[in-house]
Amino acid sequence: MKPRVAFFDFASCEGCQLQVVNLEEKILDLIDVVEIVSFREAMKEHSDDYDIAFIEGSIQRPMDEERLKKIRKNAKILVALGACACIGGVNKLRNEWTVDQVKEEVYKDADIEGNDLFDVFPTKAVDEVVDVDFYIPGCPINRNEFVKIVSQIAIGRKPKLPSYPVCVECKKNENICVFELGKFCLGPVTRAGCDAICPSFQDGCEGCRGFLDDPKMNCQKDVLRKYGITLDEMMKRLNMFNYKKGVY
Amino acid sequence: MPEDVNIHVKHLTRVEGHGNIIFNTKNGKVSNVIWEVDEAPRFFEAFVRGKSYHQLSHITSRICGICSIGHSLASLRATEAAMKVEISEQTELLRRLALHGENMQSHSLHVGYLVAPDLLGAPSVVPLVKTHREAVVKIVRLHKLANYLSDLTCGRTIHPITLEVGGFTAIPTEKQLVEVRKQLVQGMEVTGEVAGIVLANADKLPDFQRETEFIGLTNDDHYAYYKGDIASTDGGRWPPEDYLKIANEYVVPQSTAKHSKHNRDSYMVGALARLNLNYRHLTDEAKAVAEMFGLKPVCHNPYMNSVAQLVEIMDSLVDSTKIINELLSRGLKEEKNEMEIRAGRGVGAVEVPRGILFHDYTIDKLGNCIKANCIIPTNQNHGNIQKDMEAIAPTLLGKPEKEIELTLEMLVRAYDPCISCSTHYLNVKFK
Repeated sequence: MKPRVAFFDFASCEGCQLQVVNLEEKILDLIDVVEIVSFREAMKEHSDDYDIAFIEGSIQRPMDEERLKKIRKNAKILVALGACACIGGVNKLRNEWTVDQVKEEVYKDADIEGNDLFDVFPTKAVDEVVDVDFYIPGCPINRNEFVKIVSQIAIGRKPKLPSYPVCVECKKNENICVFELGKFCLGPVTRAGCDAICPSFQDGCEGCRGFLDDPKMNCQKDVLRKYGITLDEMMKRLNMFNYKKGVY
Repeated sequence: MPEDVNIHVKHLTRVEGHGNIIFNTKNGKVSNVIWEVDEAPRFFEAFVRGKSYHQLSHITSRICGICSIGHSLASLRATEAAMKVEISEQTELLRRLALHGENMQSHSLHVGYLVAPDLLGAPSVVPLVKTHREAVVKIVRLHKLANYLSDLTCGRTIHPITLEVGGFTAIPTEKQLVEVRKQLVQGMEVTGEVAGIVLANADKLPDFQRETEFIGLTNDDHYAYYKGDIASTDGGRWPPEDYLKIANEYVVPQSTAKHSKHNRDSYMVGALARLNLNYRHLTDEAKAVAEMFGLKPVCHNPYMNSVAQLVEIMDSLVDSTKIINELLSRGLKEEKNEMEIRAGRGVGAVEVPRGILFHDYTIDKLGNCIKANCIIPTNQNHGNIQKDMEAIAPTLLGKPEKEIELTLEMLVRAYDPCISCSTHYLNVKFK
């Protein structure tokens, strides 16, 4: 029996689901390994009977939380798909302000009192609401990594993400270090698996795959000092996908 | 008395984002017809405040996965206008090429994967893999080619890497451009074949007309995507800086996305709007596709938007080869992006697959964004979708429930709504 797979989206750009569509003819191979029973962005067919649920997006409202908990109940395996689901991603940038401040700024003139659609709390990653079995990081996800991880889950294996930094892949690609080009990079502390795609196009890593479990932040700070990058600039970069209140 | 009909399509499928259709009749009359958007609001304009000029396009591209190249370019154009940064001709040509890649990607996805199942009587493209394999393979080829062009120009298809303020971090090689040009020429033939398949099933597109206003960019020398003035089929031409006079946004209770109006109750943006405004600048090959369907300006049938997208796929293919020819004859150069940080306000208006997109930033003397506003194509279309629904609803009375549902679903799908874009949502007023 092929495992039954469902895709669900919450607050996001839906680019990670689009990466699945972007597999082009490889999707046809994927359909050989798994049965897709729900994928609202691309299919009208839908079933609540599934084994593996892929969750894209961050969680922003009580109604979304409720929906996510139902999905968790239905699914044997729950996979967080992409930065918004795995770590909150750019959606967490809003948590710099309180909900009241954001609402005041945003809905000044509109009457939204008591309207559930606008009832937001500070952005949460998926694992701040339910248990997550596996993570497929990145903004957007890497198509090849997606296929690899899905294939492993489909045959009952536990996929593992790289435990080394983006720098390893960047070196392997024989890139000039972008710091040498006068740019900023989070490669030293960010989890690899993207084939160092941004530095390979002479743009610094933005940390979209999340930091390593044991990031060497002091080394990153040394690098920044060496290249004369200000603390303010560094914080802006660190926060882009990995917003945290306070300092690192 | 006929029985009351109550249709509630919760989370319409085969569209980007979350929207619902409600249709009720009472005593043989339409009592309620609503296009509802319940996507979670995301507040982009609130949280780009305080971010550095060079981060803005990388953050705002995340408004939308399907049109991330368009968002990046509108963002860069706004930033460059605010800081008075000049770009080279080569940069402009490469950016136009990037937009073509995205336009083809988005349109082939919409026509091939999202609309075609309705024309061929299938719930999705999945069963079509078995019943219409050849047609599916053609669409996959076009989609893949489009993504290849985006990868070449932007580093990757979703959330571009190479696009930056002032130019590019990296550019394709001449060899890569020659290779992609070869494939683009092959793509024209495939597009012609796809158009033939759509034409054979075009009788499924409802013949519905409602006169409305169409808004888009226009310029004097080519079919406008990357730059131009704002134009209306009701007449008038305005510089992009005047966008707030055109897109008058307002809030309705059933939607976390704003609606817009200009001259009438609502207006439409997107491929059909562009075609209606700029038909004369289409390439001959694209005009030939339009003629197959008898599509001429000004067409007031929103269902024809999908056909206009097909016309634009052909146009993007042909224009891309012309741009590549020009780039190759000039010779590609590595350029340095040197600029000064300057305070100012700037507007970027770009045509993205779903229509005209505006980004508007105010930047301080340290290069940080202090105010932002983005007006998204789908926001501008929500009002027109609602008005179309109200106009078509009475004509559906007495039809089987399934048919009513499908006709309304197809109407929304024709607009190719990008709902997560449209709930970026912020009611910013500039004083």
